[in-house]
Amino acid sequence: MSESIHIHPGSVGHEVAHDDHHHGHHEQSFITKYIFSQDHKTIGKQFLITGIIWAIIGGLFSVLFRLQLGFPGQSFPILETFFGHWAKGGTIQPEFYYALVTMHGTVLVFFVLTAGLSGTFANLLIPLQVGARDMASPFMNMLSYWFFFLASIVMISSMFIQTGPAAGGWTVYPPLSALGQASDGSKLGMDLWIVAMALFVVSSLLGGLNYIATILNMRTKGMSMTRLPLTIWALFFTAILGVLSFPVLLSGLILLLFDRNLGTSFYLSDIVVAGEVLPNEGGSAILFQHLFWFLGHPEVYIILLPAMGMVSEILSVNSRKPIFGYMAMLGSLFAIAILAFLVWAHHMFVTGLNPFLGSVFVLLTLLIAVPSAIKVFNWLTTLWRGNIRLFPSTLFAIGFVSLFISGGLTGIFLGNSTIDIHLHDTMFVVAHFHIVMGVASMFGMFAGIYHWFPKMFGRYLNSTLGYVHFWVTMIGAYLIFWPMHYEGLAGMPRRYLDKAIWKSFNQFGDLDKMITVVSIIVFAVQLMFVFNFFYSIFKGRKVTSTNPWGANTLEWTTPINPGHGNWEGEIPEVHRWAYDYGKDGREFIPQTEPVGANESKH
Amino acid sequence: MQTLFIVAILALGFLITFQIAKASEYVAVLRGEERARKQSNKVNAFMLLAFLIVGLIGVYYCNEKLKGKILGDPASDHGVLIDRMLYITLAITFIVFVITQIGLFWFSYKYQYSENRKAYYYPHNNKLELIWTVIPAITLTVLVGFGIFYWYKITGEAPKNAMQVEVVGSQFKWEFRYPGKDGIIGKKYYKNISGDNPLGQIWDDAANQDDIYVTGEPMHLVVNKPVKLIIGAKDVIHDVGLPHFRMKMDAVPGTPTTMWFTPTKTTAQMKKETNNPDFVYEISCDQMCGKGHWSMRGEIVVETQEEYDAWMAQQKPKYYAVFPDKDPSSKPKADTAAKAAVAVAGSY
Repeated sequence: MSESIHIHPGSVGHEVAHDDHHHGHHEQSFITKYIFSQDHKTIGKQFLITGIIWAIIGGLFSVLFRLQLGFPGQSFPILETFFGHWAKGGTIQPEFYYALVTMHGTVLVFFVLTAGLSGTFANLLIPLQVGARDMASPFMNMLSYWFFFLASIVMISSMFIQTGPAAGGWTVYPPLSALGQASDGSKLGMDLWIVAMALFVVSSLLGGLNYIATILNMRTKGMSMTRLPLTIWALFFTAILGVLSFPVLLSGLILLLFDRNLGTSFYLSDIVVAGEVLPNEGGSAILFQHLFWFLGHPEVYIILLPAMGMVSEILSVNSRKPIFGYMAMLGSLFAIAILAFLVWAHHMFVTGLNPFLGSVFVLLTLLIAVPSAIKVFNWLTTLWRGNIRLFPSTLFAIGFVSLFISGGLTGIFLGNSTIDIHLHDTMFVVAHFHIVMGVASMFGMFAGIYHWFPKMFGRYLNSTLGYVHFWVTMIGAYLIFWPMHYEGLAGMPRRYLDKAIWKSFNQFGDLDKMITVVSIIVFAVQLMFVFNFFYSIFKGRKVTSTNPWGANTLEWTTPINPGHGNWEGEIPEVHRWAYDYGKDGREFIPQTEPVGANESKH
Repeated sequence: MQTLFIVAILALGFLITFQIAKASEYVAVLRGEERARKQSNKVNAFMLLAFLIVGLIGVYYCNEKLKGKILGDPASDHGVLIDRMLYITLAITFIVFVITQIGLFWFSYKYQYSENRKAYYYPHNNKLELIWTVIPAITLTVLVGFGIFYWYKITGEAPKNAMQVEVVGSQFKWEFRYPGKDGIIGKKYYKNISGDNPLGQIWDDAANQDDIYVTGEPMHLVVNKPVKLIIGAKDVIHDVGLPHFRMKMDAVPGTPTTMWFTPTKTTAQMKKETNNPDFVYEISCDQMCGKGHWSMRGEIVVETQEEYDAWMAQQKPKYYAVFPDKDPSSKPKADTAAKAAVAVAGSY
């Protein structure tokens, strides 16, 4: 294999050439090939499989607390068998409930939808779609995964300590998260949470810098920035958001660590907790919220943008039409990325924020709806007059657009501070962000997995299971989250584990039951997907052609099971954008094909 | 047992689905993949259309079923503005929702794969893109305009005649303080907080000496009289959530916040309107504050000025509870009690 590798002059640096050379000549041991691998494809799979394991854990947590919400007070003896004093008498104890919701949020937001999503697809797709043999620094890339792994270990271990994991919500607002006296979850569990997140930030930075460097410097000949597939643009903006915002979270968390352990007063002031008067004065609890949401809001787009990119690609490939308005799509990605940094205080409208400042954030927040609307209309126009092949990947992409519309529109309610006064921190918010950020991004991720599974493993996922997976998840997602908006309109606050003592919020008992039952079914179907995933890696139907979907992008010019270095011969040269589908009567024209003399212009 | 049963059923269902899926893959290979693909394409296209129709009916059904369960008319002047904004937004977003969802699923169905169709090469159209940039921008300007207008009204200065009540949250209860006759809420310092001084009032401040402290019973407000809440917290962040008034404000330790509104309906009136003799205005904690967050409940009674005055007349400043000897009313009382005791003793 190595004899045939020639590095294209000017497109790939010396280091990578050396790397290929090295790997080509020596048989790799199991450890260097599958564990401490520097091959971006393997690292992508590592992120994916770790993300899947995390998703099972995080999803299971949601099933557990949904049991409490749907059947408050009812005893499930099996819970006591597994969780002991956390579920005394088979009912979930409040401490356990809050630990579950906190871990569900942390795990899904960071470990699944950040690392699992952009970790997987940035690693897999960036070198393959820009035409590079690997990342700019394969070694840093490997470190990125292993820091993520370490973060995972620390986070998991925090669940097994006596006082339990962090339990103050995934946003870990101090003083609750700073004072062990205020909550068991704010004892050792919170320190471990901070350490895990610090490791996570390191992982994210190592990865992100690599993605940016690779996209900017290692594109193959002819691959100008405006010929990049939208997936790459989305992953590029995602990486930039991460690199600029994660350090702010880290700094906020370090100050929190100081407040917890060194007696500083960054966030603490005038506190009497459990009868004890604390000496701290002059801190501001709100400061943490500013630091947190300066990451927290871009984080939403860190989760969403890769899904948007992949959906654009998949919809275009499978409707056999170019993505409509490539430059507008690009511009709206750019606008979203910029605005993502300018809207964080819309999470803080009712913290006593200066009303004038609040109104500025209303304006900037609702401004995001414009690029979002452009994207939706462009996706619709991409489908219009296409010739749509409804693979599981296409269905999930269509599902993504549907959920993005539904969840995006409720964002217009919450982004408007006037309405937010009533809806803030109610179940309406839960419904909104689960649809637009949680489920929608998950759909983007599923679409990506179904679409690129053949590239990852050289086999197909079983598509019948894929269809069942899609339909149950799609219907389930709406059944779970659509009616939840009404609970929020009634003012029902988030994170209430039992509404029996309330006169204003106890009218939704049947609804909560229905939601719980549906969420158990949806979770079971996700396990079926996981089974399909692992089964198909080993037993799935084999891919027989290099380009099974008839797609234009470069990853489909590699061998079915590409080795380290991706292309056996030279890296192909690119002559056109990625979206020449249905042009001049031809179904698709790969990016590698030179522009013909008589070809029409677009 | 029940749990095991459910797990068994799920496992069985799973096994069956997997077998069918496996078999269908073999059948597909035997019958020709192209044909199988076309068939599943048709089925899924139909399902998408069915999902759209059933989904829209479901949206209607859900609304019919649940609209009676949200809180009804707002009970404050600000609540009216907030609800109006909500319904303006709802009207606009609902139109967009229906149009885009119909477009999405209809196109997916209509343009499903067919051998006879060629996809239309349509990479961009600047005019169209301009249209759907400008229209959302204008719509949003309207929403932002209304939103900010109402927002300033709601968050602006409280009227001069507003009554003041201090609300203090701590794990997991609410405490209230009224300014007393002087209309001024006295100063406090958190290090003074102790068993018989739960808010840490500074007794040297004369304004404190007539302040009324209330806990474990409802906050009393006067109908149609603006009220300004001065909100604080002792330990962690809480949030004063008043769903019927549509109001909400965080309670932050170390950083006092305020909010004002005018309750427009008495509790008695709401009992009648909602046909619910048990109706109460509730205070919910809306910011995660620890393991008892879900049970951090308070109540508000909105009543007429007379009822309020009668209630207030029964309240005693906290100052006198701490320094009973300073209480002007307690001395004569003690005298009469002593006299009565003597009288009783004398009758023997």
